[in-house]
Parts: sequence; structure tokens; C-alpha cells
Amino acid sequence: MTDTAIEAAALSKRFGRRGKWALRDCTLQLPAGRVCAVVGPNGAGKSTLLAVAAGLLGPTEGSLTVLGTHPTEARPRIAYVAQDKPLHPQLTVADTLRLGQELNPGRWDATVAERVVAQGDLAPKTRVRSLSGGQRTRVALALALGKRPELLLLDEPMADLDPLARHELMGTLLAEAAESGTTVVMSSHVVAELEGSCDFLLLLGAGRVRLAGPLEDLLAAHTLLTGPAGALDTLAPHTVVESRTTGRHLSALVRAAGPLDGAWQTAEPSLEELVLAHLRSPDAPALTLDPAREAAA
Amino acid sequence: MVAYRIDRRTGVATYVQIVQQTKQALRLGLLEPGDKLPTAREVVEATAINPNTVLKAYRELEREGLVEARRGLGTFVRRSLGAAPAGSPLKAELSDWTARARAEGLEREDVAALFASVLDEQFNDDQRFKNNKGEPA
Repeated sequence: MTDTAIEAAALSKRFGRRGKWALRDCTLQLPAGRVCAVVGPNGAGKSTLLAVAAGLLGPTEGSLTVLGTHPTEARPRIAYVAQDKPLHPQLTVADTLRLGQELNPGRWDATVAERVVAQGDLAPKTRVRSLSGGQRTRVALALALGKRPELLLLDEPMADLDPLARHELMGTLLAEAAESGTTVVMSSHVVAELEGSCDFLLLLGAGRVRLAGPLEDLLAAHTLLTGPAGALDTLAPHTVVESRTTGRHLSALVRAAGPLDGAWQTAEPSLEELVLAHLRSPDAPALTLDPAREAAA
Repeated sequence: MVAYRIDRRTGVATYVQIVQQTKQALRLGLLEPGDKLPTAREVVEATAINPNTVLKAYRELEREGLVEARRGLGTFVRRSLGAAPAGSPLKAELSDWTARARAEGLEREDVAALFASVLDEQFNDDQRFKNNKGEPA
């Protein structure tokens, strides 16, 4: 196993010669064993990044390595579930798992795959075409986890599921991943439900890295302030990500560069507050925290 | 066995919630020495929280001497967190004190507030469970 699951250096991707940049100058490092959330608005480059990591798209500029090697070399050790969960509709659940076994000789763990399917009360003889969205996601995850990947890439895995199915599948996914030490990278729109599940955050905006680092460190690096509107000036030495004034009342999200002077009420932001503040302020400077720093501490 | 209930909206760090709920179960006698805590896998499956969070909580409980991890078997309760037994002199003293406070005209809430402030004063080093992240200040 390598220590670094994904490493990108000045990665850029553009579709067509005159297209818009889908990814621009992305530099990031994701340590192995993490559960990483990739968040950002539509068109931020989340799916493109995952597809590059899966070896399905090549970078236009810069480079990206996966598990210490080129994505196409690493493919046997990666599992990737695309947003639309492509499965063969005419195959049964059992056939689909058989397909996984035949296509992954020497890697396939039938016990894991069958366990994931069985937890969903799926009859093996059911055809994929007649499954609900949640059941189909479960089969796609069974296929991905059965491969015993070192890196699992999931593009909006829970998007079309009801809250119960989401919760169950997330539990299954994290438990299986923990057991085999799999690094999980998952993109999502629903930020609140990632809280507690993920320990690494990658926030993309307009193809660029806005925030990257261990989630706890990123949260600790920011402070939510409330105080009198007149005190905005005293925040000059710090990085103000977002500030909003309502009457005489000011609330702000800042990266404090030192002690905060003044009569501020402070709190640590939640994941959702952190992400929303950055989405509302697209011009706030990016912040990348080195994961190695945490390991040294 | 205990089941953890994770509230994502309290602002209390998830691992602190697990530590607190385990201690509560110990105080209430729902967990006794020798009992097994749910495996990290079981907790993760039921709550969809990050496995590292569960391990961090169990390490914290182990550090406090409340549980021990036995390799390959699981995590077991080592000692209970009993409140002072009902017949203890501490309780009698507190009872006397409360009666005196009442005789001096304090209401129930006044007594509770006074008691809480003394608790805060005496157990200052427990502060770290009060701030958001539960990290030592």
C-alpha cells in the first residue's frame, strides 16, 4: 500500500481546444485510508476530477497519480462508480456479481459482495432492470466493494436515494471500507450528511481547489464570529472569508492569523457553515492544509 | 450492549458524544464491567459515522481506564462509573447542606444554580468537553 491515494500537481483539464477549463491548476494530496468528501457547486469539476483519477480521462496539463502510479496502471486497484451507476439491466443481481468475479480474477471477494447485497434484502434472481434506485446503488456498491479496491471513487453515490437508504448504504460503505483500509473519495451535494462520515475535505469551485485538507484541521482553522458591525475594521489582520451585516449586528467567517481583538462571540463552524460561506464568497482565497502536518503533530 | 445516538446538530464533536453516552450507560448501570462495547464496524453500520471517530472515542475511554481493548476480541468495560452509593456520608452532608439552604429561603432553582457554579469551579479541568471540538484548550 502507498501512503498517498491521490496526488495532483497543477492538474488542468479542458474539453476541446476552445472549451472551458473543467479543472484548472489543481494541486492536492490525499493520504491513503481517508474518507474524502468532494464538494462544490454544479460545474465545479467534481466529476471530471473523479474521472481523471479513475483513468477514464487524461489531463490536458499537469499530472495526477493514483496509489503512486499512473491511473491506468492502478486500475485493478481502483473501483469507480459513475453517477448514473451503469449496470446491465437484463442481468440478474447474481449474474452481475458473477460478472464482477469474472472481470476481477484474483481480487474478487464474493463474501463481501454478497453481504452488501444481502443487507439490502435483494433476491439474487431479480433482474437489475426491475430494481429501485436505492437497490441499484446497492448492487453497484457491492460490485465496487467486491473488488476489494485500495481506492474507491464514487460520483454522487447517494443522489437519488431516500434518507433511510442513504443512511443504510453509507453505514455499509464505511464499515466495509474500514475493514479493508480502503480510501474512499465521494462527491456530493448534500453537505450536511457528509458531516461525521468524512475526515478529509476537498472543496472545488470553477475548476479550482478552494479548500483541501483534513476536515478537523480545516474547521479548526476557521472561526465564526458575531459582534457589533462597527468592529469589522479590527478584522483587517485576518482573512475574512465572508462577512454579513444585519443592522448593527455583524457575522463573519474568518481565518484568524492570531488572537482576535474585540468583543467577538466565537464558535467553530460546522462543515455546512464552512462550505456555504465559501460557496457564497467565490473570491475568498484558497486554503490547502498539508495532511503530513497532522501526522507529525 | 449500548446503541449510540449521534446528533449531528449539537455542535458536540461526534467522538465526544460516544464518550459521553458510554459514561452515561456506565452511570446508569446499562453497562457493567465485563460487558462488550459494540465493534467499530457495528457502530459505523448503524450510524454512518467515520470509523476513525469510533476508534478515537474508544481510545479516549481506554485512556481514562474505563474500558480495555482485547486484541481480536473487542473492547470491554473495565470499571463502572458509580455515583456515590446512597448510604455514603457525602450524600448525608449534601442533604444537610440542602436543608440549610432551603431553611435560608433558597428556591430549588437557586440551589441548583449555586451547585452548578460550584461544580464548574471545582471541575475546571473538565472544560475540554465543553468547547466545540472537545480538544484540550
